[in-house]
Amino acid sequence: MKQYAILQKSHFADFISALAVEQSVMAPVAKGYDNYAFEPVTRASQIALKHIPTILPPKKYFMPPSETILEYSRREGEAVHPVVEYEKMILFGVHTCDLMGVQCLNMALSEHPEDINYLSRKNKIAIIGLECEDYCDEYASCHLMANDLPNGGYDAFFTDLGDYFIIHLNTQMGDDVLGRTKLIEPSTESHWDELMKFREKKRSVFKNEVPVTHQKIKEVFDNAWKSPVWSDIAKRCLACSNCTNVCPTCYCFDVVDEPDLDLITGRRRRKWDSCQSASFARVAGGESFREDRGAKQRHRYYRKFKYPVERFFRYFCTGCGRCSRTCMAKINLKETLTSLVKELN
Amino acid sequence: MKKTALLESEFKTKVGKILRTRQMTPLEKLFEIALPGGESLDHLPGQFVMVSLLGVGEAPISVSSSPTKRRSFELVVRKAGRVTTALHRLEAGDEVGIRGPFGNGFPIRYLEGNDLLIVAGGLGIVPIRSIINYTIDNRRDFGKVTILLGCRTPKDLLFSDETDKWNHRLDVMFECTVDRGDAEWDGNVGLITSLIPGITLEPDRTFAIVCGPPIMYKFVIAKLLEKGIPERQIIVSLERHMKCGIGKCGHCQIHNYYCCQDGPVFTYDKIKNLEEAI
Ligand SMILES: Cc1cc2nc3c(=O)[nH]c(=O)nc-3n(C[C@H](O)[C@H](O)[C@H](O)COP(=O)(O)OP(=O)(O)OC[C@H]3O[C@@H](n4cnc5c(N)ncnc54)[C@H](O)[C@@H]3O)c2cc1C
Ligand code: SF4
Ligand code: SF4
Ligand code: FES
Repeated sequence: MKQYAILQKSHFADFISALAVEQSVMAPVAKGYDNYAFEPVTRASQIALKHIPTILPPKKYFMPPSETILEYSRREGEAVHPVVEYEKMILFGVHTCDLMGVQCLNMALSEHPEDINYLSRKNKIAIIGLECEDYCDEYASCHLMANDLPNGGYDAFFTDLGDYFIIHLNTQMGDDVLGRTKLIEPSTESHWDELMKFREKKRSVFKNEVPVTHQKIKEVFDNAWKSPVWSDIAKRCLACSNCTNVCPTCYCFDVVDEPDLDLITGRRRRKWDSCQSASFARVAGGESFREDRGAKQRHRYYRKFKYPVERFFRYFCTGCGRCSRTCMAKINLKETLTSLVKELN
Repeated sequence: MKKTALLESEFKTKVGKILRTRQMTPLEKLFEIALPGGESLDHLPGQFVMVSLLGVGEAPISVSSSPTKRRSFELVVRKAGRVTTALHRLEAGDEVGIRGPFGNGFPIRYLEGNDLLIVAGGLGIVPIRSIINYTIDNRRDFGKVTILLGCRTPKDLLFSDETDKWNHRLDVMFECTVDRGDAEWDGNVGLITSLIPGITLEPDRTFAIVCGPPIMYKFVIAKLLEKGIPERQIIVSLERHMKCGIGKCGHCQIHNYYCCQDGPVFTYDKIKNLEEAI
């Protein structure tokens, strides 16, 4: 039981305050209309323990929407100075789907050549997960993506068992950060039994949300290239890029220079970019190899369900449902998958 | 938010010094560039560099010179937009940022000992020139070398001094065609595909290298296949939008390939079933 500890609910407020004294704590905060966002908190009362996936995933702390990668001063000619902007922080309340999102990014960005900016930030962020006991809403497909149960990716992981949280201490960093609050207590056999009961109940709640097995999604996409589903999506999609902006596993970017007003100093920044935008794949002659919106959406789906399987041996979809929740055209990932599965049968 | 300096970064550029420029056509300009301390770029024919101008941005540009030329390298830039227009304003003595070389380049080790059929359309001659000059500088290592060059009008012909030399060498076979001739032009008129049927070659030992505008590939490849050249001996260099050059930004993705790392050079058998490739 050494790797498990408990925190009495009555100590939760003190626990968050103690963390916040030490460093910035980011946690889900209710923004109204069932929207949540990871934001800095100092008190437990600010935190929405029950929350559906936040508007933006924790990706925003690992790979910010816009970040400086180089600084320059033209007094030195064309010389540049690489930099990384970072903040040491604790992320509290990360659901299993978002933990997997970070794991996907870790893989893609540590593949050779390593993304130094991402990796320098990664080790400065402590992640405390929080287990969900039921579906967030009808958009989630976390069971299909094998994500409803924790699979690592955190320093510590909280499960709410009524009067107390049981905590899995997964890394030395997790142990250290939580230990310093002096509020966690050793767990006993009975706490562990309670956790197992909780997980057992979860197994009856979470069921494949789409009529296909995890393993078989691969096969679906081996055969989906010419599907009429894409032309149907093409008619509806507005190419607004919302779906990629909110996705925890999308990491495409653009690089832009921002000169200061003196035109001598400035910085080169990278910004999130989207394969749904018109100019994304357009080359100098004006040709784009994915002009049509259906082809762009197909590319997005293939980048979740086929290409990464060949490269990283896993799907790059966490089942968080954000893309469907945010889509102005009501294009729904679960429905798209269901249609593709039906065609296969 | 804290900020720290990084010692290394894939985005760090070296400072290249422009030794010489030459306006080749109203749209195309050649730059000869040296790295600090005469360091060699150490590229393979077919690779590219990211050229950067601080305050403006970066653009991928193929290295046009052969690696057999070691102390400097050449780029040919067509004025197409922001970065390339700004590059056109530079002259000898100015500096540019250089990252790379990137990409896989042409598979020279497999080409050695074989015949080469090189097909370049328009600006495609720019990357192709690196392999042509490499082949000529190492002529003994290759079998028969045939070069086919096509462009829109005689005025668009790049490197006419060099192509003249190729034309007069006994050890390369060179043919050139234009889509539309003019009063002085007494050479071939017609699309580059029209040159292929007349070539004699031994398909089993011939590697074809193709580079040109996107529209060209399908037609040229069909003709090469008619000639009996095996699919995996047809080598194409593709162009894609590129922002990072290191397989991260996603812009250059063709199915599961990143054109910047897995390409820009591909054998036809690898990409023939990828609908978005050519
Ligand atoms: C591997 C490779 C080798 C190339 N070699 C040469 C070369 O030797 N000589 C040459 O003149 N050109 C070459 N190009 C094309 C050159 O990169 C583009 O013309 C240049 O990036 C346009 O940048 P810009 O800022 O001037 O244009 P912009 O103002 O940004 O845009 C003009 C047009 O260029 C496209 N474009 C913009 N950025 C890129 C980019 N990073 N990659 C591709 N297209 C882009 C835009 O979609 C638009 O259609 C090469 C491209 C690739 C991918
Ligand atoms: S594709 Fe949609 S459901 Fe899957 S991880 Fe991205 S936003 Fe979430
Ligand atoms: S959010 Fe919906 S409408 Fe917008 S690009 Fe994505 S699929 Fe298209
Ligand atoms: S240029 Fe960024 S992935 Fe290829």
